[in-house]
Amino acid sequence: MSIPAITVTNVIKQFGRFAALRGVNAELYGGKFYAILGDNGAGKTTLLRALAGLAHPTQGTISILGMTPQTACCEIGYMAHPSLLYDEMSGMENLRYFARLYGIADDERCAQVVRSVGLDPELARPVGQYSQGMRQRMSLARAILHDPKILLLDEPFSNVDVHSAGEMVGLLRAMRDSGKTLFVVTHQAALLQGVADEFIWMQAGQIVSRTLDLPADFTGPVAR
Amino acid sequence: MNSLWSVTLATLAKDIRLEWRSKDALNSMLFFSLLVVVIFSFSFDPLAEESRRIAGGLIWVAILFAAVVALNQTWARELRNQVLDAYRVSPAPANALFLAKALGNFIFVSVLEALMAPLFIVFYNLRAVGPAWQLIPIALLGTWALVVNGTFFAAMSIRTRSREIMLPLLLFPVSIPAVIGMVAGTTAILTGDDPAHFWIILLLTYDVVFTTACLALFETVLQAE
Repeated sequence: MSIPAITVTNVIKQFGRFAALRGVNAELYGGKFYAILGDNGAGKTTLLRALAGLAHPTQGTISILGMTPQTACCEIGYMAHPSLLYDEMSGMENLRYFARLYGIADDERCAQVVRSVGLDPELARPVGQYSQGMRQRMSLARAILHDPKILLLDEPFSNVDVHSAGEMVGLLRAMRDSGKTLFVVTHQAALLQGVADEFIWMQAGQIVSRTLDLPADFTGPVAR
Repeated sequence: MNSLWSVTLATLAKDIRLEWRSKDALNSMLFFSLLVVVIFSFSFDPLAEESRRIAGGLIWVAILFAAVVALNQTWARELRNQVLDAYRVSPAPANALFLAKALGNFIFVSVLEALMAPLFIVFYNLRAVGPAWQLIPIALLGTWALVVNGTFFAAMSIRTRSREIMLPLLLFPVSIPAVIGMVAGTTAILTGDDPAHFWIILLLTYDVVFTTACLALFETVLQAE
């Protein structure tokens, strides 16, 4: 068995007296596509933020490629539910700025990433005027700008029409096929049927099961 | 590895571009200071000598309150769409963000001072009796004193529910020595009664101490949940 890309050991995260994560343990392997499922308040987003280094565990440890989330930041791409983009700037202006944070001065890299998510680098419109689907794609472009090995995506298909969601699933599948590890939090599990390598089910701050497929009676939106 | 200065300059350029497009901070600062100048000029009718004695206080109080308006907006645009998280997950140094924000605020407040100074001179019929060139170091050092602490405390208060109130509550007490230096230094130059060297050195010392402290503590503030 290979070494896990991500190891989560007994992670507890408390906000005051409320425990959002209650002893999460998991080993996640490189080059796999994991879908994290669960009801609202199950702890999916908190786990994702902990993996990204944005939420510090109250107890327990997280190892990403043998490092802490903070030191592994160059290997992590993070896409949150909000866009994490400046509404007043165009997509390329946003990416140029974020590229500088990663020491990337190459404009062509930004253009290439924008094209890879199916958008036009020449689009001068500010991000605030983008449709929700375009905004999600640009947000994904920001997350993959520095070519990270691990992608942490929170609700990438929310407020996106079925056609655009299907296209995004195709993009994510291609990324997994290129060797990246994907960790996708979603309420639209059926979109990932046949694409995700494993479905991780969370409930009340804990991982309650891990399955290779969705249950046969599972209902929800499906990508076409 | 990306350097402190390249990230600082990129963030500063981004902030200036955003401000140029929205003009949120500059418009509100200008409007506020304009109101202060006009209202005070109608409220008092001082002689030239009295003007020289009170103008230092009026100018800096107007700029201090106007700066708070801009400082409150410094981090607001980083909270929209949670863009600050994109910075936090990047390898960019925390201090680059702080320096860029402080430099940006310094530029915006300096622009305000450059626009307001002629108005103060006209409305209060001001003419410096002492060496007028010394107003430049006082303005530069005093402005930096306001924005460096203001940027830091604005970052501290961004996650509080009533951040507009928190910022002045945190900033004003810490700024008292600097405000005294700015007002006394400006008055000394305008009246020509005393040399302003002491106040310039006080402001310089204040700036060095507080810039160092803010840089040392900012990463903790940025990574706080």
